[in-house]
This record gives sequence, structure tokens and C-alpha cells, in this order.
Amino acid sequence: MDDFIWRALLAGCGIALLCAPMGSFIVWRRMSYFGETMAHGALLGASLGLLWQLPLTLAILGSSLFLALVLQLLKRQQLLATDTLLGILSHIALAAGIVMVSLLSDLRVDIMAFLFGDILAVQRIDLWWIWIGGGVLLIILRLIWQPLLSITVHPELARVEGVNVQRTELIFMLLIATVIALAIKIIGILLITSLLIIPAATARRFSHTPEQMVGFALLFSLLSVGSGLFVSWHIDLPAGPAIVLGAGSLFMISLLIKPRLPG
Amino acid sequence: MILEAENISLKLKGKLILDQVSVQLEKNKITTLIGPNGAGKTSLVRILLGLLKPQSGTIHRKPGLRTGYMPQKVHISETLPLDVKRFLCLSYPRPQHSHLQAVLERLNIADLHNVPIQSLSGGEMQRVLLARAIMRSPHLLILDEPVQGVDIMGQVKLYQLIRELRDEYACAVLMVSHDLHLVMSATDEVLCLNQHLCCAGHPENVTRHPAYLEIFGQFSGLSVYQHHHDHTHDIHGAVTEQQNHG
Repeated sequence: MDDFIWRALLAGCGIALLCAPMGSFIVWRRMSYFGETMAHGALLGASLGLLWQLPLTLAILGSSLFLALVLQLLKRQQLLATDTLLGILSHIALAAGIVMVSLLSDLRVDIMAFLFGDILAVQRIDLWWIWIGGGVLLIILRLIWQPLLSITVHPELARVEGVNVQRTELIFMLLIATVIALAIKIIGILLITSLLIIPAATARRFSHTPEQMVGFALLFSLLSVGSGLFVSWHIDLPAGPAIVLGAGSLFMISLLIKPRLPG
Repeated sequence: MILEAENISLKLKGKLILDQVSVQLEKNKITTLIGPNGAGKTSLVRILLGLLKPQSGTIHRKPGLRTGYMPQKVHISETLPLDVKRFLCLSYPRPQHSHLQAVLERLNIADLHNVPIQSLSGGEMQRVLLARAIMRSPHLLILDEPVQGVDIMGQVKLYQLIRELRDEYACAVLMVSHDLHLVMSATDEVLCLNQHLCCAGHPENVTRHPAYLEIFGQFSGLSVYQHHHDHTHDIHGAVTEQQNHG
């Protein structure tokens, strides 16, 4: 087998490892729209990064964070519901990104690669980013695991018990931005939330504890990445959508299996 | 003194919610906050918990104060797989296993430890929340509508339990309630709130107080005593002068 398929597999497994716990939290905290908005902002970040010749991962990180900040500021006005604000921001960001990319036509940007990912073009440097950056991310997530879970259950109770709610939520937002920046090359802006939430949603039916849910989500992410890559290799399909379809198929199949929950 | 709040005033979006309210919470004393909907009970509790900042007034807390809080509405999303034991372990700092076990047994919920939190009945959920509140061996217990969703026998037992816990932990207790009779018997002091403190004191005296009857008199079936008013409220809750003293 060729080198690039191994690189794709390694990158995909790294992303699955990140998406399982982060996706579980996004499902628990009902933040999938938030993740999507940040992902859409990434296209704008990527095109600005190309324009100013910045490292792409950093540019994407910056734009996702900027978007998250704007959202927080708008939320304070309390005039519009969060889902409306997310809808507005997410589409402005996507449109602005596409416009930027087409203005930069002389840079020969492959917009399809940004929108749907290009896992088969993963370079060695991308693997470093995913595995080292991802490792740091997982360590940070482990450190805030307990307080973040407590905030997810009841933020005010957590605050009375002495949890620093604002700081923990801010760190979690940073982690979401980081996952998006790391995963975009693999799965693309339009599909990244699906790899975050579909395996976690599939895992819910089989889990009794939060950690079990992450474990099952990891299993389903790995299966999705593996099957998606296998199919795209053999019948020449775009890899990103194939991975998402793999995750979707697992979700459908899981609905047929009777869960082993008590009661 | 566990906590002392003086002259607390709160305005939200230009609307006066609390007007010069003072509260003292003492060790071994159960204080109950009653008042109609929109009287500012929840806002006052949030201020005492430090979750909300008042526009004016001062709050003195005992140094190193540990507060156990039982929130009013706890809805935990079905998407999060969480059993009772794990919910209690989320208490911060994380409780020791033996301590957790002791609290579970004290509140008679040991057999619920592996039940998903979303499938608890109203009474069971209130006990679990109470367990979470006492998990930290608090100096101050703040209970927002503790008997909500509990049947009448369960309410009597829950109030009894709260009294016992007050003795065991030698803590101050602040309860919020809009139920009148049952809560009275479980209380050392009643604060009757309607933006300002209408009246305060021993439950028996408060239920005879005109201001209390002004507010709760409409539920005359529930009121034991018949009384005259010393002031009335207009539709905005402001105090208007009393017309006929009795």
C-alpha cells in the first residue's frame, strides 16, 4: 500500500481520538450549532491565512476564536435567541470565506478541499499537528473534565461549589476551536460537526456513564474513519463524505439494536 | 452569625426587584423565605449565594463559609448518561467513597445509587439534590423550594429530615417556599418578602401579621388567622398607606 493511505489512516485515527470526547461534550452541552458556526469561520481564517502567509492551523484557530468572541458579545445583548445569532454568524462567516477564496483566485486555492477535506493529501507536518496538538488538547480536557461535567449538569450548582465556570467554559471553547483547526484538512468545514456528534449520538444508547459514552464514541469514530477510507480507496469516493456516511450508517444500524439500559 | 446581608437593593432592566432587604442567617436556625411569585425570592437567594450582584447593600459571610445549595429546577438532559452516584461525585471537591456512602445511607437513597438520574421520581430527585447539598458538610444550607413535586406525606418527611440535618451539621438553613402551612412548622423564623421585607419573625407571629395576610389572605382557606392590614400593595407591589387600622 502507498504511503499516503497510511498517513490518511493515522490522521483519521488521531482525529477520531479527539472527536470522541469533544463530540460527547458538544452533544451533552447542545453545542453542535456552535461548533458548526466556528467551523464555518474557519474558511475565512484559512483564506486570510493564505493571503498573509500565516500557518494555516494558526489562522483557522484565530478565526474560530474570533467568531466565538463575537458570539459571546452578541449574546450579552439578549435581544435575539442564541440559535438565531448562530445562524446569522455561521452563514456570514461561510459566505465571507467563499468570497475571500474567490478573490484570491491567483493563489490557486482548492475550495473543495476546504469544504469537504482532503485526507489523502495529508502531509507529515499535518500528522505532527494532529498527534502533538491533539495530545495537548486531550491532556487539557482531562484536567477540566470533572468541573466541565459539573457545569454541564448544573452551572449554578457548580459555581456555588467553587468551580470557576467562566474559565472552564472559555477553555472548552478554545478546545473546540483547536479540534476544528486540526480536523479541517481531514474532514472539511462542512462535515466536521458530523464527525463530532454522530459517533457520540450513536454511543448514547449503549452507555451508562459519561466515560463509557466517550469509549463507544471512540469505537464508532474509528470504525467510521476506517470504513470511510477503505471505501474511498477502493471505489474512488471523496474521503470526507465517505467517512461521514460511515458514521451515519453506524448510527442507523444502532437504532435497530436494543440498548442494554436498565429499566 | 453565618451570613449577614444588609440593605440589599436590586434593579433588573430598570425594574426594582428588591428594596433594602436585610437578612441574618444564624447557626442552628431555619429561616424560611415566603412571598408571592415575582416577589424577588429567587433573586435574593441568588444574591446570598454570590451568583448575582446587587446594586447596593453589603453581605458579610463567615470566613471560609461552605454553602450547600439545592437548586429549584434541575433538568438534566437525556443525552448525558449519569447515575445518582456519579451525580453526587460531581460535588466539588470530589467526595471520598466512604463519605459518599454515608450520605447516601443517611438520606435513605443507597438503593438508588445506580439509577439514571433522569428516571428519578420527584421525591427521589429532591433527596438526591439534598444529598448533593450536604455532601460538602456545609455551614449554610440554601434550599430553593425543597418540597417541589413531592406528595404531602413526602413533604412532611422532607421537612423533618431538613430539621434533623440542621441539628446534625449545626448549620444555618435558608429555605424558599410558597407553601405555607407545612413549612411553618419546620421553621424558626419566617421572612415574608414582596420586594421589601413585609414582616419577619417567629412563624406564629408572622401568620398573625397583617402584612402576611395582605399577601396570603387571598388563600383564605389556608389562612388560620383573621387580621387587619397595616399596609397594602398596589399592582406594582409598592406599599400604599393603610386605610383602616383595626
